[in-house]
Amino acid sequence: MRDATYTPGPTEDEPDKAKLTGDITESDFKHVSRNTSVYVYEAPVRLWHWTNAAMILILIVTGYFIGSPPPTMQIGEAYQQFVFGYIRFAHFAAAMVLTVGFFGRIYWAFAGNHHARQMFYIPFLQSAFWEELLYEFRWYLFLEKKPRKYVGHNPLAQLAMFFFMTVGLTFMLVTGWALYAQGAGEGSIPDDLFGWLLAWVGNSQILHTLHHLGMWAIIIFMIIHIYAAIREDIMSRQSMVSTMISGHRTFRDDD
Amino acid sequence: MSQIETFYDVMRRQGITRRSFMKYCSLTASALGLGPAFVPKIAHAMETKPRTPVIWVHGLECTCCSESFIRSAHPLAKDVVLSMISLDYDDTLMAAAGTQAEAALQDTIDKYKGNYILAVEGNPPLNEDGMFCIVGGKPFVDQLKHAAEHAKAIISWGACASYGCVQAAAPNPTRATPVHKVITDKPIIKVPGCPPIAEVMTGVITYMLTFDRLPTLDRQGRPEMFYSQRIHDKCYRRPHFDAGQFVEHWDDENARKGYCLYKMGCKGPTTYNACSTIRWNDGVSFPIQSGHGCIGCSEDGFWDQGSFYDRLTNIKQFGIEANADVIGGTAALAVGGAVAAHAAVSALKRAQQKNDARKAAAKTQSSKTRSSVDKNEDA
Repeated sequence: MRDATYTPGPTEDEPDKAKLTGDITESDFKHVSRNTSVYVYEAPVRLWHWTNAAMILILIVTGYFIGSPPPTMQIGEAYQQFVFGYIRFAHFAAAMVLTVGFFGRIYWAFAGNHHARQMFYIPFLQSAFWEELLYEFRWYLFLEKKPRKYVGHNPLAQLAMFFFMTVGLTFMLVTGWALYAQGAGEGSIPDDLFGWLLAWVGNSQILHTLHHLGMWAIIIFMIIHIYAAIREDIMSRQSMVSTMISGHRTFRDDD
Repeated sequence: MSQIETFYDVMRRQGITRRSFMKYCSLTASALGLGPAFVPKIAHAMETKPRTPVIWVHGLECTCCSESFIRSAHPLAKDVVLSMISLDYDDTLMAAAGTQAEAALQDTIDKYKGNYILAVEGNPPLNEDGMFCIVGGKPFVDQLKHAAEHAKAIISWGACASYGCVQAAAPNPTRATPVHKVITDKPIIKVPGCPPIAEVMTGVITYMLTFDRLPTLDRQGRPEMFYSQRIHDKCYRRPHFDAGQFVEHWDDENARKGYCLYKMGCKGPTTYNACSTIRWNDGVSFPIQSGHGCIGCSEDGFWDQGSFYDRLTNIKQFGIEANADVIGGTAALAVGGAVAAHAAVSALKRAQQKNDARKAAAKTQSSKTRSSVDKNEDA
């Protein structure tokens, strides 16, 4: 592990008594001192994760409203209110932040540690990957007693990340920008870059439907992702939720 | 070709004054988005150029394109445009019929090889060797290929020729096929719409006559000057869209106030056409102005995009009619349910393991070293 940062605790034969703070007991300390942590998610990855999460949330809410607008509001004359305009603005603005973030994340896959690359590929040629994937499946089907330890993503998580985030976000970005190109108009930069997609698909209604289904795929990913993160945090042998805040992955045992 | 009269000759012969002719030229220039400097150029072209021979063939269609075309309300179009082109064959409009008509077609092809424009209304069905559409005793697809062979360019009139329209809607039993998928070696201008706007049709022809070249086409092969913007982009109800003021039900107060028809399934935001600028019937109105949403008739496969009155398209791939929200919502609910069930089982399993571990711990209380119990307890 090239970037692994090992934090050694005090050795067993000379425990540092001064470090026994608060209600910590001798036995607690033995555990604490043996816990290890690996710096997995560097700051840019964490920043991207939470920005991405916030933008996706905005995009889902506003995107749903673009498909099914809220009830008509009578604040004033049409020129005085801009309700649907603001909803669409929020959607487009969040999409642009998401796009920039995604490119930043791709950059970091090259610049960052090797964990930053894991989301972008599937090691489908390694037989170990498939064996471990099967094991992970069995763990989720309650067929295995003990989960395996992972510093980065487990194979199942890597698969989900690759298909929902790398492929899924790319799909949403490309279809989304192609739809935006319609409003931006012929000759605009979005149209030059993504207008080919509409010409290829033919009818924009199809593009709208695909983009809309993509939203639901991301909602489903969110449900699974949040559940799995919390469940792993509780039941597996490494930290999950806090890792995306501090960047450090800690382990409960050293088996 | 020199014997053919110029457009101007024809117009004057039909009693059109020079003043009216110049008016026509300036109106055409503005319709094509050209500056005033182009007016004399159009006039010059009209005065000096021989009329272009046009062969107008009809496949599977409803003649709405012809109906629209001959009703062009552009001041002089109905008198001029039809005379402007030398319409040598059009089985719907021509007096001749039967053998005479077919002879006229062959004559034109022979006489103006490589110089005539082929206008196609409707499309050829390809199933059963094209037997679903017979013209002059032969499948239409044969006539189309024959006429296209020596054509300078092809105009695909309407949604039928451009995209297939209703006869190509799923399941398309006759395999009605748009022209560009049958004729692949000629420049094709698509002028979609069901029907296309009359002024758009005459505008396209006038452009080709004036400049001796095809109008600039967009990625889908439509003239940019009429199809580069959506109906939505120039809709006079757009402020209500941006304000979030929608017609919620037919005949509600909002409908009377002329609010946006987005929620009533208006396809203006996904339809490229000039309805909201040129409008119909001498600029009198267009669907949205009449209180009905756009049905997207100038878009590829518009019959297969679900109801005209739904904003979200129904998807029939699942055997049932459901839109993206129904499918996505159901899937999300199913996954949510599965997650909840999985969480419950996980919690039970965990409680069971803890219990087992506690029992085991009670048995091996004497052991000094940290047993797996603690580990499990802490986990």
